[in-house]
Amino acid sequence: MSRDRVQLPDVTPTVDLGSFDRVAFFGGIYSNHLALGEALKLARSRKVDAIVALGDFGAFGPHPDRTIEILREASLPAIQGNYEQALSTGAEDCLCGYTDPRDNYYAQLSYDYTRTRTSAEHKAWMGNLPGHIRMTVGGRKLLLCHGSPRKVNEFLWRSMTPDPFIRKLLRDHEADVIVCTHTGLHWKRLIEPGRGIVNAGALGRPANDGQTHVWFTIVEEQEISPVPGEIQVEFVPVPYDHERLAREMAEESLPPEFIETIRTGWWTTCLEILPAKERALGKH
Amino acid sequence: MSDAVHRPAEPGREYPISPLFALDTLWFQVAGTLCNLQCTHCFISSSPTNHSHEMLTLEAVKRHLAEAEALGVKEYYFTGGEPFLNPEIFEIIEATLKQGPVSILTNGLLIRPDAAASIRQLSDASEYSLDIRVSIDGYDPRTNDPIRGPGTFHRILTGIGNLAAAGLNPVITVTEACEGAGSQEGRLRFLEFLRSVGLTRPRLKVLPLLRIGAEAERSRAYESWETLRGRHLTPEEAGILQCSSCRMVTSQGIFVCPILIDYPDARMGETLGDALGPFELRHQACFTCHVTGFSCRT
Repeated sequence: MSRDRVQLPDVTPTVDLGSFDRVAFFGGIYSNHLALGEALKLARSRKVDAIVALGDFGAFGPHPDRTIEILREASLPAIQGNYEQALSTGAEDCLCGYTDPRDNYYAQLSYDYTRTRTSAEHKAWMGNLPGHIRMTVGGRKLLLCHGSPRKVNEFLWRSMTPDPFIRKLLRDHEADVIVCTHTGLHWKRLIEPGRGIVNAGALGRPANDGQTHVWFTIVEEQEISPVPGEIQVEFVPVPYDHERLAREMAEESLPPEFIETIRTGWWTTCLEILPAKERALGKH
Repeated sequence: MSDAVHRPAEPGREYPISPLFALDTLWFQVAGTLCNLQCTHCFISSSPTNHSHEMLTLEAVKRHLAEAEALGVKEYYFTGGEPFLNPEIFEIIEATLKQGPVSILTNGLLIRPDAAASIRQLSDASEYSLDIRVSIDGYDPRTNDPIRGPGTFHRILTGIGNLAAAGLNPVITVTEACEGAGSQEGRLRFLEFLRSVGLTRPRLKVLPLLRIGAEAERSRAYESWETLRGRHLTPEEAGILQCSSCRMVTSQGIFVCPILIDYPDARMGETLGDALGPFELRHQACFTCHVTGFSCRT
């Protein structure tokens, strides 16, 4: 039976980082420490003046502490995803927000693996991260969140996030642009120049498109534009040694279904949560 | 099944209340209570002759869509009765898909090949998702037909097949009137059954029974203890309830949710603006929603 998960109260603080010209956003990393390393190199080569991680550092992939160590070493500004909320509070499940038994079965495997292999010190660090970050890019007010500004595990899918709803979110949360992740699929919809939603997608697993690379997102001021305040959004593909990640996952006895996704670029689990349009684009 | 904790009611309040946190989901009773079937478990007793709620016109739907746009509604659901009995249904779907994602709850009987092709066209033309939800109540005629009517099992499968042939992957819903459907074993059996009829990536939603309307006659009505009287819900518990994020438009006005449209006290007004307040959970169907964690949403 379908059962919506408990709505998480928004008790986490918001941090204001100030003003920037070009910012890279890393969506769910899901313990893909190899992709994270490549993405950091790529983002720096693009001369961004900030890199922000949007939560869900663990899940799915191997050796969760490796990802956290890279993030902390790089001193990236970061917000909590549902994984960080769950791990830092000792929750029994990942608070992902799935409603289907098969989705929840695989989510639980990921969570149990990650929970037992994340150090207490890293969990405490996660508990101190903010829930939201505000910053300006090109004069536009960005609000960074994990799922949505109102709920850490709300899924904002492209085909399920209509313009009137985007307007409401921007109005309610006093932002020009909301930057989020949580779905694992990158997309954007600007309802007018410099105003809308950017879903940064995921660094941790491919975008269910038959390609093995993963993605991060750059948001910057549109310098040559007839419209003031326009921003430019670029989704950047990140090739990495996915075969090595697959081997590490196999050595850690992670489910073959997860490894297949890394090797083929097609999602094999967490499929039931996909809306009709997004589901139709995948293989499974 | 239940992990609901019993908390005493607030002083002076007999029933807990469900605030409307945000109007995310707007339901339309597009076919009213008119249906080409008369299922024995229907909680609003829809039938070919039940005119309690009439069909909604395209014009009425558009009027409420304009209100919904201003309120930032996230998604739309069409139900009945049988939505495809509505002579303007395709225009209604098209108009709504311009504004947001749509899900349609149907018994599948009117989804002939040309209708399936039209649905596919409307889906392709929108950037938003269009989901079709088809109800069935068993693995075979022996289990389904006593509930949904003689011969319906094969006709439903024909409708599902027409959707699949048009490249659409409907969500199949089954109620717990289908014996064993609520268990993990029953669920797996059902998924296997759906694969056997050509749905290569079956999507399944199992619904609890609501012991009102025709269902109260078929099995039993609620007993007196099945109530939220004297309880208090936390905001998190209230947030799970569909009524904390939805309203239902019928020809009779705006109701709190898709379930309680036969109860005058669940009517909240004439416009969406009238219906944005909290709702007192005094109905016994509210008990089912709370205890099962069930949502009418897909």
